[in-house]
Amino acid sequence: MILQKGTPAPDFELNSTPDQKLKLSDLKGKRVIIAFYPADWSPVCTDQMGLYNETLKIFHRYNAEVLGISVDSKWCHMAFAKHRKIHFPLLADFEPKGKVSKEYGAYNDKEGTSQRALFVLDENGIIYWSYLSPEGINPGADCILDALEEMNKEKK
Amino acid sequence: MSKLRTPIGQQDHILGKPGAQISLVEYGDYECSHCGHAYPLIKRLLKEFSNELLFVFRNFPLQESHPCAMIAAQAAEAAALQNKFWEMHDLIYEHQDELDENNLLYFAETLNLDMNKFQSDLNSQNIISKIESDFESGIRSGVNGTPTFFINDQRLDSYDESYESLADAVKNQE
Repeated sequence: MILQKGTPAPDFELNSTPDQKLKLSDLKGKRVIIAFYPADWSPVCTDQMGLYNETLKIFHRYNAEVLGISVDSKWCHMAFAKHRKIHFPLLADFEPKGKVSKEYGAYNDKEGTSQRALFVLDENGIIYWSYLSPEGINPGADCILDALEEMNKEKK
Repeated sequence: MSKLRTPIGQQDHILGKPGAQISLVEYGDYECSHCGHAYPLIKRLLKEFSNELLFVFRNFPLQESHPCAMIAAQAAEAAALQNKFWEMHDLIYEHQDELDENNLLYFAETLNLDMNKFQSDLNSQNIISKIESDFESGIRSGVNGTPTFFINDQRLDSYDESYESLADAVKNQE
């Protein structure tokens, strides 16, 4: 089962480019949307990451950053991001393979890839909402925005 | 099942019978080839169900994959300010593989638009906000790609690019 609401999100440090690493805890103070996905270049993942790319402006309005995570290598991510003009970090859960995905309960042992799972973390790095999408289905952005909207309401 | 979050209203471009019992809303991108494929299907659908169907087009430009999608949407909205939305919408879909800013200006001339007004409207904040608000209403309603249709406010997941899948969806609402 994937990690559920109320759980502190396990910290990680993964390559975001061939020579840069990104540490989750460095984003404290911001909300973070983590999108685990099976593979760069595959049709559904491409649509899903492309959609989040187009939705960035709206996510930013909710003080939220998006991170994509798959087991693809940093070089593969770089080529994919360049080709699809992705403007948010794609992190390589590459070595040890799938370690972070496993910590979040979002690893598919049979395929050896991350599952398609979404997590929305609050400003303190606590999981506010999580969702495991059925394979081959793009979960879209509406559920993420619903969670962000709900967080705003609770804050008031 | 995803639902249309923003009801059809004043801000929308509507074709077909006002007050019709069945509404079909498309979230579309002018540069998307799948939307280009759907364009004649919608025309045919509106003919076949002319007494009971109204059609709304909302903007969902995927700007990173389609560099001309946004400017094309702006052109259609600018034409709308001169009451020529559907004329521009049709011209764009009929010349989808020739989309660029020059051709959009040429389409506007063909439609006898007031070119001074068109050019100043084209990049106006009002028009950009209108398109962004269409986009956001789509995102909030569960639009993941284009085209996405809503029939009587329910997302239509059975559309398979065939005319029959659209016609069946309309018939199911009768």
